[in-house]
Amino acid sequence: MTEPVSIALLYPELLGTYGDGGNAAVLAQRLRWRDIPAEVVDVHAGEAIPSGCQIYVMGGGEDAPQALAANELRSGSILVDAVEAGAAVLAVCAGLQVLGQRFTGEDGKTHEGLGLLDCETHRGDGPRRVGEVVVVPDPDLGLPDLTGYENHGGVTTLGPSARPLGQVVVGHGNAGGDGTEGIVNGRVVGTYLHGPVLARNPALADHLLASVLGPLQPLEDPEVDALRKERLHTARHPHMHMPQLSGWRRLFRGN
Amino acid sequence: MRGLQTPRHAGRAPTSSWAKMRTVDLPLRTRVAAMAGRAIADASRWVGAGEGSVIGGRVTLAIDQRALELMAAGHQSVVVSGTNGKTTTNRLLAAALASRGPVSTNSAGANLIPGLVSSLFRGRAGAAVSLEVDEGHLAEAVAAVHPTAVVLLNLSRDQLDRFGEVRRHAADWRLALAASPGTVVVANADDPLVTWAAGACQPGTNGDRCGVTWVGTGQRWRADASACPNCGSRIRWSDDRPERGGVHWACSSCPLARPRPDAWLEGADLVLADGRRFNIRLLLPGRVNVSNAAMAVAGAMALGVDPARAVRAMSRVRAVAGRYQVLNVSGSRVRLLLAKNPAGWAEALDLIRPPPTPVVIGINAGVADGRDPSWLWDVPFERLRGRVVVATGDRGRDLSVRLRYADVRHTYEHDYRKAVALASAGSGANQPEIDFVANYTSFQDARRALTSGSAR
Repeated sequence: MTEPVSIALLYPELLGTYGDGGNAAVLAQRLRWRDIPAEVVDVHAGEAIPSGCQIYVMGGGEDAPQALAANELRSGSILVDAVEAGAAVLAVCAGLQVLGQRFTGEDGKTHEGLGLLDCETHRGDGPRRVGEVVVVPDPDLGLPDLTGYENHGGVTTLGPSARPLGQVVVGHGNAGGDGTEGIVNGRVVGTYLHGPVLARNPALADHLLASVLGPLQPLEDPEVDALRKERLHTARHPHMHMPQLSGWRRLFRGN
Repeated sequence: MRGLQTPRHAGRAPTSSWAKMRTVDLPLRTRVAAMAGRAIADASRWVGAGEGSVIGGRVTLAIDQRALELMAAGHQSVVVSGTNGKTTTNRLLAAALASRGPVSTNSAGANLIPGLVSSLFRGRAGAAVSLEVDEGHLAEAVAAVHPTAVVLLNLSRDQLDRFGEVRRHAADWRLALAASPGTVVVANADDPLVTWAAGACQPGTNGDRCGVTWVGTGQRWRADASACPNCGSRIRWSDDRPERGGVHWACSSCPLARPRPDAWLEGADLVLADGRRFNIRLLLPGRVNVSNAAMAVAGAMALGVDPARAVRAMSRVRAVAGRYQVLNVSGSRVRLLLAKNPAGWAEALDLIRPPPTPVVIGINAGVADGRDPSWLWDVPFERLRGRVVVATGDRGRDLSVRLRYADVRHTYEHDYRKAVALASAGSGANQPEIDFVANYTSFQDARRALTSGSAR
């Protein structure tokens, strides 16, 4: 292959609050480690989205920047056309919400989404959903359990044609009461998991890459294996991982 | 310089020569509260439970809710807040004020309300007060302390699990300053969030007592101010348009723009609008501390300290609450650096000494750090390629994955002392110098582990 595989990171300054730009870095590195040339193209607000990329990546962000990003995306049809032409998309948190039919922000305003995913998001009641998540993925995806960290106020309900990414074992995920997490439509994957999600779940990264490039040779991931073991165990047994300070010492150190 | 009015709270003369404590002119309840808190703090220190400033302050507040307000009344005071640099700037500011007279300060970094209270336990009559305050508690602190001046450093992402805090802090600051007429604000003109927050205090007409001293610090971190805090549109940075210590920035649709600084940095020189120029020479390393010092000088001037005198006093500050401290660990000279978030790391990567100095990095995700360490992916760790690097801390595994993707060869070791030993062995030198960079609670853990001599 002569042309590098192109991975577009959409609006890192708007949708980059939670380190999700790391997903693009993970995708590119996993190709380079397989001797496949790859490049990450940062697309900033106000710039045209390049049409020829193989994978588009969007992350999470605060309310005002999210609405700004949705406006930018709706001003053209490049992303929708690219998906039609065979590109893959990973959309995290605010990104997931923007790709749905519509979403309501913290300010109560409803915004039109891109409609790439059959879901809609409204403001949830009660506190934000924050913390470690464990997801058992849809068996058809052939992935091991997913680990991540969620942080959102939105509640996403899936439409009749939608398939979830998986079922939540720990945490909230879509938080719509059906125990689902994320949403998958062909090569478009939406999830609430940060971490970044592809850093903690290399199998999902390879799944996205294979969806546009075909089968890939396996990689050794000893650092990630150790992290996954720790995170999955911590999420499932939180009581074993409380801070080491005793209660009375914490009283004195409660800065 | 605008904003350098006569301080609002001239130190009240002591009404009695009884003792050196300044509690004499306080209500009985407050005096009892302060004495009880101080006794508890001393007891806490005595049994080795910690500094005692938090528990002492809590006891005082339990007895007298208004203790902070009453104890701070009648003192010239300055409050320092922001995401990064609070402790260092407050230390420099306290040093400048100390060149003139006694100072009460929370130099150990206990920056919530109880910590502020206990820092006033030993305040003498007429002592100036210099306090660092957590960015989420500035409004509360300003309402109680009625400070002569407020120094606003920066706002950036920190503790990702606490959503939307950056913008909310800016909004809270804005309300707090609007409700505190007469307080002089010293603000970083290179941070749009700070500029917007401080703008609430700008006087409508000349001669208004409220004012802002804008300082051009040349701050580098921009990623948290891409959307205008005022209207949500994009902020444009004009890198081709340098002006007074930074570059021009402006909102693409509303009038928010970089204010014209009253003081700014040209290299290590602090330049004032009247043409005076002061060379800042510090024992503390790095460009970021020159910026902190510039803010501290402006803060000290707001309390009437001569800038030349302030700069001189700051030049003697060596370590700040353990930061930049050098520890001898089994023959290795380990320098401790704190970096809590991407903005802090952007500066820390410049502070780290060049290769072959090995680097140990400690990452925790406790409540005080933020429970989500995803921010590690916003740090350009690629710059550490080719060096000896050791990952440690409770979340050293997350760091290890980040380093792997950055193509930084490294080892992982959970134990702090063993991590230093690995770095030392990896350097191949006999008595190597090592830079140890850690985030907030990892820094505290490392300092304890490396000074006590015991493994954690």
